[in-house]
Amino acid sequence: MSKKQHDTPMLDQLEAGPWPSFVTGLKRLAKDSDYMTDLMGQLEHSYKTRKGYWKGGTVGVFGYGGGVIPRFSEVAEMFPASKEFHTLRIQPPAGMHYNTDVLRKMCDIWEKHGSGLIAFHGQSGDIMFQGASTANVQGAFDELNELGFDLGGAGPAVRTSMSCVGAARCEQSCFDEARAHRQVVNTFLDDMHRPALPYKFKFKFSGCPNDCMNSIQRADMAVIGTWRDNMRTDEPLARKWFAKHGMTELVNDVVSRCPTKAIMLKETKDVSKGSKISSVAVNDTQSLEIDNSNCVRCMHCINVMTGALATGTDKGVTVLMGGKRTLKIGDLMGTVITPFMPMNTEEDYEALVDLAQKSIDFFAENALEHERTGEMIERIGLINFLEGIGLEIDPNMVSTPRTNPYVRTDGWDDEVAKINARKAAA
Amino acid sequence: MATMRTPIESGVPDNKQFLHPLMHKNYGNWKYHDRPRPGVLHHVSHSGDEIWTVRAGTQRQMDLFTIRKLCDIADTYADGHVRFTIRSNIEYMVSDPNKVAPLIESLTSNGFPVGGTGNSVSSIAHTQGWLHCDIPGTDASGAVKALMDDLHAEFIQEDMPNRVHLSTSCCEINCGGQADIAIIIQHTKPPKINHDLVANMCERPTVVARCPVAAIRPAMVNGKPSLEIDETKCMCCGACYPPCPPMQINDPEHSKLAIWVGGKNSNARGKPTFMKMVASETAKACSNLSCAATT
Repeated sequence: MSKKQHDTPMLDQLEAGPWPSFVTGLKRLAKDSDYMTDLMGQLEHSYKTRKGYWKGGTVGVFGYGGGVIPRFSEVAEMFPASKEFHTLRIQPPAGMHYNTDVLRKMCDIWEKHGSGLIAFHGQSGDIMFQGASTANVQGAFDELNELGFDLGGAGPAVRTSMSCVGAARCEQSCFDEARAHRQVVNTFLDDMHRPALPYKFKFKFSGCPNDCMNSIQRADMAVIGTWRDNMRTDEPLARKWFAKHGMTELVNDVVSRCPTKAIMLKETKDVSKGSKISSVAVNDTQSLEIDNSNCVRCMHCINVMTGALATGTDKGVTVLMGGKRTLKIGDLMGTVITPFMPMNTEEDYEALVDLAQKSIDFFAENALEHERTGEMIERIGLINFLEGIGLEIDPNMVSTPRTNPYVRTDGWDDEVAKINARKAAA
Repeated sequence: MATMRTPIESGVPDNKQFLHPLMHKNYGNWKYHDRPRPGVLHHVSHSGDEIWTVRAGTQRQMDLFTIRKLCDIADTYADGHVRFTIRSNIEYMVSDPNKVAPLIESLTSNGFPVGGTGNSVSSIAHTQGWLHCDIPGTDASGAVKALMDDLHAEFIQEDMPNRVHLSTSCCEINCGGQADIAIIIQHTKPPKINHDLVANMCERPTVVARCPVAAIRPAMVNGKPSLEIDETKCMCCGACYPPCPPMQINDPEHSKLAIWVGGKNSNARGKPTFMKMVASETAKACSNLSCAATT
């Protein structure tokens, strides 16, 4: 363990400045490790030549077909010690909560079997244990697995999921994100560990429409919390907020930023009554009046006046399908396939799992190789997808009414009758 | 050969075992929060319980000395529980307001900037780059370190008009993701094919099918089965490189910088939006790296 350190003048520059430096970390590891010494050598070489030098391959653990990202160096003759630098993707607990005991145990395991470099977290949410030789991958996994952790997804498989801090520490949480995350993903571990789907399939869970997990843009199936009843209000908190922030901010940042103009500032004596009205006094004479039938649950006013305004209590989730980034046909935003599902009982959570199961089954049967769910839906049409997974079409799925007149109206009356029957039953 | 250990398919671990006891107790029962200062959140439960969260930036790619230091800080100044945000910030939760100031002092003096809340520029969502990726046009951690050194003051204050989310990506597959401002290196030239290697290394139909614009077709080149590219169709995405490394997309000369703006995932105020490219190193209006500073 006394290999001479490579000169790294370019990396050295990344030790200056106020932000924590990963280079300083790499150097500390390299001090006692030929493996990390050569890793730094290769990284400096990349900086010099402006080129990456890792290629994939096949490395895994016994019993699983994925979850390890193999990396073999293309410049191993220059940096032989780090010629194999594989990553283990390990699934985090929902909400990425840890205690120091488990983090220290992870460090000990990775000190023994790996490079000592861990990323909290990768873009899919995995804890990335970065840098192990082929021979050490199994031993590292065995110990992490005994600690209670499991490999995540890679390749054409169900991928590691993410959920927000949620009910653990957020008043805007509309369901038990951690429970949904765990119950759904743990149903598909076979599809995660033995990649056999047409392409990747990602779930993400956000507790409210702020969508802190960025699920609408990234998840094949996005589960986003919402509510159906009226917003709640709290007068002491509203008065406290107003006393601190004043009228200018109330008008400019709350009232006028409501996208559907559902909030009005009124003299308290003039506030409307009605089953769809929420109101709260901000001072002795004035109140906010919210028309819940026009509220689209965007979260803005609740974000600004936390607690003074709050979500309703008839909570649940909206499920969207088909979000993804760029490859192959460009960005797709998730599209609503279930406007509202309550999330209160065990049956409700099972219904969510069931919807996920049907979607994955349909995806497995119908997507082309290397085609994401959203691309499949674009190709076959949303209506065929909805039929395939057995969902009734609901007007709440429609984002914008059609702008062209070429519409078939066969069976119109039957469809209207069906919608009315559903409305009456709800 | 020794018997191999069968994995325990435990999947997602139960997070209840790791939660701060106060968060466990008040699970699903929080009432509101405020921010006493940048980098600190104060949550109040319907039960009256209060919890303070101190958020600090990390380098994401952490050596175990750094992680152990963060744990030491948690054990000494917080209650031994931490969590990470989607932008790789670490959060410490404490039930006693008197612990907040010493915790901040300890984090700051150990080089972890406290901030990233509210109307700040939070840490940059980023990728692997030259450290680990197989098709990176640039490094990730290094670019983020350099940028966050510059943006440090905006991280520790809340002086922006609204929150600012940044991302960087090493190629236009954009693993860094949608952001208010995204800095993306883009490949701008079709792959260079090493025809001697294709037949042995690549499953040709897979590679043909992988191309989003159907620009790749099988061909015999110098008497060997290989692939050819219709370069007028190719959009330089690099999707063919992982299944076929002889189709080299990495090219320092032609890896170019592009700036994208306006991505937003929240529904607040308006629907979520996708970001759009506003400047690229190859575009006439913006011919060098200074775009990043002026956009």
